[in-house]
Order: sequence, then structure tokens, then C-alpha cells
Amino acid sequence: MKLVTHGATMRFGGLVAVSDLKLEIDKDEIVGLIGPNGAGKTTAFNMITGVYEPTEGRVVFEGEDITGKAPHRITKAGIARTFQNIRLFSTMSVVENVMVGSTVQEKPGWFTSVFGLPGARKRAKEAREFAMDLLQETGLAEFADEQATSLPYGKQRRLEIARALASRPSLLLLDEPAAGMNPQESLELMDFIHHIRDRFKLSILLIEHHMQVVMGVCSRMYVLDYGVTIAQGTPDVIRRDPKVIEAYLGVD
Amino acid sequence: MLKIDNLSVHYGGIHALQGISLEVPEGKIVTLIGANGAGKSTTLKSIVGLVKPSAGSITWNGEPLITKGTKNIVESGIVLVPEGRRVFANLTVDENLSLGAYARNDKKAIESDRERVFTLFPRLKDRMKQKAGTLSGGEQQMLAVGRAMMTKPKVLMMDEPSLGLAPLVVKDIFTIIKEINAEGTTILLVEQNAKAALEAAHFGYVLETGRITMSGEGKKLLADDGVRKAYLGEAQ
Amino acid sequence: MKTRNNILTLGALVVFAMLLGLADRTVGNYAMRILNLSAIYIVLALSLNLVNGFTGLFSLGSAGFMAVGAYVSAILTMSPDVKDMNFFLEPLAPWLQGLTLPFGIALIAGGICAALAGLIIGLPVLRLRDDYLGIATLGFSEIIRVVITNLQSWTNGAQGLKSIPKVSTTWVVWGVALLAILFMSRLVHSSYGRQLKAVRDDEIAAEAMGVNVFRVKVVSFTLSAFIAGVGGALLGHMITTIDPKMFSFMLTFNILLIVVLGGSGSITGSVIASIAVTVLMEAMRFLDEPLNFLFLKTDGLPGLRMVVFSVLLMIVVIFRQRGLMGEREFSWEGLARAAGLMPRSKKGGLA
Repeated sequence: MKLVTHGATMRFGGLVAVSDLKLEIDKDEIVGLIGPNGAGKTTAFNMITGVYEPTEGRVVFEGEDITGKAPHRITKAGIARTFQNIRLFSTMSVVENVMVGSTVQEKPGWFTSVFGLPGARKRAKEAREFAMDLLQETGLAEFADEQATSLPYGKQRRLEIARALASRPSLLLLDEPAAGMNPQESLELMDFIHHIRDRFKLSILLIEHHMQVVMGVCSRMYVLDYGVTIAQGTPDVIRRDPKVIEAYLGVD
Repeated sequence: MLKIDNLSVHYGGIHALQGISLEVPEGKIVTLIGANGAGKSTTLKSIVGLVKPSAGSITWNGEPLITKGTKNIVESGIVLVPEGRRVFANLTVDENLSLGAYARNDKKAIESDRERVFTLFPRLKDRMKQKAGTLSGGEQQMLAVGRAMMTKPKVLMMDEPSLGLAPLVVKDIFTIIKEINAEGTTILLVEQNAKAALEAAHFGYVLETGRITMSGEGKKLLADDGVRKAYLGEAQ
Repeated sequence: MKTRNNILTLGALVVFAMLLGLADRTVGNYAMRILNLSAIYIVLALSLNLVNGFTGLFSLGSAGFMAVGAYVSAILTMSPDVKDMNFFLEPLAPWLQGLTLPFGIALIAGGICAALAGLIIGLPVLRLRDDYLGIATLGFSEIIRVVITNLQSWTNGAQGLKSIPKVSTTWVVWGVALLAILFMSRLVHSSYGRQLKAVRDDEIAAEAMGVNVFRVKVVSFTLSAFIAGVGGALLGHMITTIDPKMFSFMLTFNILLIVVLGGSGSITGSVIASIAVTVLMEAMRFLDEPLNFLFLKTDGLPGLRMVVFSVLLMIVVIFRQRGLMGEREFSWEGLARAAGLMPRSKKGGLA
């Protein structure tokens, strides 16, 4: 198992945002996390990536307990993420944004950076080359020197994925990657998700409301409502689950 | 009638809008569809004066808007719900809704509109006294849409109201948009969900890299092969 | 392109050095002192810009770190006789009494002690944010002042130190200023600089990208304290007299003003504003004296200079919210474009 959450629970005061979450994600698997707005999906992401420390339960990644570790350590361990409300570095160019993602490999120190020591130079060069490769891969190469926030919404989402990939993760968490994309772009996104999974040998956990995308790309999914897991299984099972239809999908 | 004639906008070196013309007749729903970066949001921002056009004109009932300034444009009844979740994070859900209605004084109608927002988004009713900043992303989006419904403008422009909302809620949103329109509000809608938008709209425009490439009745565009391929995600 | 720019830069440096040498011989002590003071302000402004402009931390601790640097270096360079003369109330600790080191080493020692102070204060307060951080660093700066005032046998307390060797010559201060500029531009354009800016732009995203945000903040704060310490040491060895009152909040305020005027996050801005502010502050000294200009008569209004200056600051901030340079930097291409020798790039600006 790539990632297992053992009954992870998050309380804010009296509110239980996520309760007794039991996710299991296997190697190379693409898993969906869906549910109504406010169901606790992003909170689940935040527990896995160390933004919140679960009130109860444990998060185990590649056999190692990562519960309550600082986010940058969890990134180092191999989990990268994107954000629902895009968080790009606004004063930096597209390629620089991606290069920040290389921090884990590059390990820049201030002294080696300032004095341009050979090792640091070499790693900086590699980081830039890798960033350019990723931009090529995500179709953003022509915008490399543009200000990141000047890109249109859909491209900003792709840039967030490129940046996350720069840390060379083995598990990628995508928070609503199709938000703000039209159906055509969403279809391309599905291909893209498959492509990066194969190309970078990733496991992927994604939150998404766009049903065509989730159903098309995920082999399994979990459904949350009011923080509780109300269903789990393959897309076909989920599509027909009466509880999911009532709480989330509605009838066609 | 809101009328845009030969509008051009430059951002730095980029020619974001290259002479577009469109009309939003009173009492209708008009939608603008197109890929990311086609210039949809730029069009909306120019109408409310947030972006300065380099050429062309925007008029409302014959009166030019370009030099009026955002505050005056909004006060004359043209309101934009921007893309993304712009809510007042430190105010409660209820206070956010009240702010939407601050220019109105028809108390009774305000109350019934508030009830309607809560019927559409029961989540918001549950969280009425909670600060908006503590809501989840999708709930903040609901609040932004709800607050816009409270303004009761003459022209309501919505930039992706369905962004980040669950399928069940998305269906309701378009129903509500039609209801608001039936009560007399003119609506200009930008949506990635082209199918739902075209179904709801009387008239649609297709925007591609700063130019209008197609226009027609919503139902007609929906049946068009080119549109189906490019924007509805239906291959062949 | 790169070699051409390097040659241009080298050429500009030679021309600047020649002008400096010429000025040193011709313009007289008073004018030279102001010129050299602006070099020290360049060092100080860069130090504050590193934390405030490039790392996005609101720090108001400059004066404290300068004090540490100034005192440490002064005690290390003064001869035993001068120390005897200064410490007449309580003698200086014996091991320091006989210790006299070359200025270069004292300068670095001053910087290192300030950096240590920065590290010690940074570890607890850098967990705070925004105005809380500002207040905490300001408070720390005041504490340093109180400590210096009361450590009679180490610092000579409120009497301060006099007859510090006057070794901050034109070449020394401008040399250090140049090193500081070089250091900063290498730093902010390096991979490490990208981490600083990532922390400034979005801490949550930076942390999620594997940046150890807290550590980056501590490093930036400590480096900044080092530079401020060196600046303080230069200042002490230029004006030859220091006392605790010198290192009050007003000093930090002046530096902050330079950083904001020049543009938070612009090295070029800090350099230009340091020179402009220092020269203007002197040029406007006449405002504090009795005025008799046509129908305008005043009996000397001490502080009028500051009023005029604050108004100037407000005007700049209103019309150029992000300072003179914003976040842009000088480049030869930018200069050529500004002079109309090259077509404007589609991105425009000087960067």
C-alpha cells in the first residue's frame, strides 16, 4: 500500500470535519475522493499533507507513520499536492514556480548559492532543465518566462501540477484539477492525468466534482458526506449507490 | 440593452480582445462560452470598468459605460460576480448576504430572497452564523452566488457560478438563474459548463482567442457540430 | 550579451571608483562625509530589504543589530589607552582591555555577534507574523539598547564610546557597500533567493513544495542581522562616537523609509533611495534653521525637515505605491530601452 489512513479524524472545536477516514491507495492507482461541498475532502488532504495534524488516527505512507509531520517533510517523503484555490508564487515566472518545486532535490543553501560553488551550480542547472522538461510535458513551455499569475485559469491549474511534479513525488494529490476547465479541456485533463501517472510512476488521489473526469480516470473512489465515508468502490458501484445519488449526484 | 461594439483590450503585449461585438437584450439570458484564456472574463471586467479597453464602445440603453467608473456602473445596476470565491472572510454568512442587499430597501423582498438563497443552499443556512473564511471552498462559492442573488441588479453578470460545486448543486444553480431571469433580471453568463449554459440561455456567443467566431440561439449552438466538438467534449 | 554586460559593469565600476577618488580629493570633508554616509545606508537598507522585501517578514529590529555590531567592533579596535580614557567609571573587562584587532576582523566580529543576536531572537519571534513580528523585533531592539546602557563595564553605559579610530574611509565604506550589493544580488537571484521569494509569496504553497519555511526565515533574518551589524560597525568607525541613544527606533525608521521609497524587493531601489535620502536629508537641513526667504520668516523650527520629508514620503507612496523601483532591478538592457536605444520588450519595464 502506498498510503493508508487509519481512522484519521479531524475536529475543529465541536465540529467533526472528517471522521474515521480509512483510505487505502495502492501503487500506480488513481483514486477519487468525492462528496458535497463542505464534506471534508480538502480537510482530508490537509491531514495527509501535514497542514493539519489529525485529532485522532494515523496516516501511513509507504509503511512509515507520517502523522503530524511538517508539510515540507511530507513533501520530501514523496507526497506532492495542488491547491483548490490555486496558490502560485505571484511574483515569479512560470519556470521559477516549477523550480521552487525542485527544492527537495536541489537542497539549496545560502552559502553555496551565493558563492556559486560547483555542486550548487550543477544542481541549479539540473533543476532548471527538469523544470523546462516538466513545462514541455504540461504544454506550458512557451510561457516559461511569463508571470505565473498572468496565465489563464486552466493553465494555472496545469502549472500547479507541473510544480508539484518537480518535487518528484510518488503520490500526487490533486484538489479539483478540472475546476474552471470546459468539457473539452477536462477530457484532455483525463488523458493528461493518465499520462503523468505512467510517465512519473505515480499514485494519484484526486478531489473532483466533474463526474465525467472522476468516473473516467479513477479505478476506485471514496464518497464523503458531512465528514463520514458513505460509500466506496468502483465508479460503477458508486454511480448506482442510492446514498451517493441522494447526497451528491442527484437523479438524471 | 447592453451593447458592446468592436471592443479591443490589450494586456501588456497581449491582444486579449480583438474587436468583439455583442448584444445583451433586456430580460434575456446571454452566455459567452469559449476555452480558457479566450477573453471571457476580460469581457465581463471591461463592462464593469475593471479593465480599460483600447478601442471600441460599451453602451447600456445608449449610454456609454467606458468612462463611467466601476462604482457608477455598479450603482446603475450592472453587477459582476467575479470568478473564484470573493467573500468577506471575517463576516458571517448572514452578514455577507445582507451586504449583497445593502443598496435595496424593499425589506420584505430581501427576506424572501434570503430564504430563497437558503433553500438553494441549505448548507449556508446551517452555517449562517459562521465566518465566511471558515467555509469550505465550495461553500464560499455558494455564498458568492447567493450574495449576487441578493443584489437584485438590472444586469447580473456571472463568471463561472458553477465552479467547484457538486453536481447536485450545479443542476439547481441553472434552474435558479432562469428563475432570477424570469423575474426581470438580464443575465450575462460566462460558463465552462457550456451545455448547461447554452440550455439555459436565449442566446450564446462563442469566443476564441479574443474573437467572436459564432453566435446564435442557445439551442442552435447546442446542436452545432463545431460547438459540440470544441466545447461540449463530444468527440465526433 | 553576458560578456558585454560584464564589461559594461566593470567599466561603470572603474568610472565610479575614479569619480569617488576625485571627489575624495576635491569636495571637502563635509560633502564626503555625506557621500560616505549614504554608502553605509546602502548596506543597512539592503539588510532590511532582505527580510522585509525579499522574505516578506515585517522586521523592525535594524537599530538593535547595528548597535551590537557597532559596540563589538569599536571595543575590538580601540587601543588600550583610548579604552582607559573611556572607561573611567568602571574598568573594561581585563581580557578586552588589552585586546586590539585590525579593523577588518573587528568588522566581521561585529557582524557575527549581530548575527548571533539575530539567531537567538529569531528562533522564538519568527513564529509570529506581520505586525506581531514587527512589534516583537521592535521590542527586542529596545531591549538591546537598555542592556547596552546598563552593562557599564562592557559598554561604558550611557556615556557611550568616544575616540573610536576613524577607519571607515571612503574606500572602506564604498567597498563594503559594493560587497553588500554583490552579495544580495547573488543571493536573490540564486536558488536560495527563490526560496525566500516563495516564502514571501505564499507560505503554505512554499511549505507544500518542500521549502522549510521556518528555517528559511531564520536564515534570512540572521543574514540580515549580520549585514546590519557590519553597517553599524562602519557607522561607529566613521563618526567615531557611539552611545545607546543613537540606536533608537528613529534609526530603524529612516532605514525602513529608504526601503519603502526605493521599492520593497528591489536592490536597485534601495541603492538609489539610500543616496537620495541621505543627500536630501542634509540638503534640507536649512529648514530646521531660522528662515528668511522673501515674505517667509520663521524662527527656526527644529523638525520641519522631518515634516517635509514625511510629506515627500507620502507623496511617493500615494503615486508609486510600490516605491520608486517596485520590484524591478537595473539592467543594461533596461537602461538602453529607457534611453530609446533598443525596442521595448513585450514585457516592458526596466527588469
